[in-house]
Amino acid sequence: MGDAEPAPEARRIAAEARDRVRFEEEALGFADQVYRVARRLVGSREEAEDLVQETYARAFRSWRSYTPGTNMRAWLFRILTNLNVDRGRRIQRAPDTQPLVESDYYLANKLASAGGEEVLDQERVVERLSQDSVVRALSDIQPQFRDVVVLVDIGDFTYADAAQILDVPIGTVMSRLHRGRRALKQRLAEEAVA
Amino acid sequence: MTLEPCDRCEELMQDFLDRTLTDREWQEAETHLADCEYCRRRYRFEETLRKYVRTTAAERMPPGLLGKLEELRGLDATA
Repeated sequence: MGDAEPAPEARRIAAEARDRVRFEEEALGFADQVYRVARRLVGSREEAEDLVQETYARAFRSWRSYTPGTNMRAWLFRILTNLNVDRGRRIQRAPDTQPLVESDYYLANKLASAGGEEVLDQERVVERLSQDSVVRALSDIQPQFRDVVVLVDIGDFTYADAAQILDVPIGTVMSRLHRGRRALKQRLAEEAVA
Repeated sequence: MTLEPCDRCEELMQDFLDRTLTDREWQEAETHLADCEYCRRRYRFEETLRKYVRTTAAERMPPGLLGKLEELRGLDATA
């Protein structure tokens, strides 16, 4: 009698508990990446920590809405970016018309005209651009451009994933990425060739 | 209006480095880069810059945060 098969309901509950643990383990495996991106979307470490905790709280609560086998990383980052918007961290949404430098060679040309072509060589780049200036330049970019630069160039997402995360068409991702990268180089040029 | 070769190469740079050019555009950039030190240097610079931004901007998760996230496990949907 004691060896009787567990009731279907008990089996269902046990299976669900296993699925949930598996989901949580997998989600926690992305924590470092989630933090890294969050840190560049907000102004301080504390804000980034809060944002990551809110992201995981929401993810864990709504784990049933995740479809196993789909892109969990993109799913998590979508929660992150939505929360970032919800919390009003971004400046009022500006149109995609950030005044921009003319060209993609802008920073290179500025550096080269100040210090010669050799300053463009790999080992010289670090001399000209400090870590602080890169971080500052990133935080100066308008949020809708920065989000894409952070997702693609720091978070390593494809255009398609970034489009899914931000809920915008892929063409918008591409144009914001181009603009965001140019804006970043514009800021870096202002710092490096002051 | 036809662009000057270096302007055209500049226009292709982002997509070249993102590997999203068509075969024809890729060939066009490669052909120009093979003969143009000016553009080659700028492409290399852009590649270095991207790597530099990636490593510079990457800040590791503070110790203790993972523990806080672990504590959130099992949160109820109604909580």
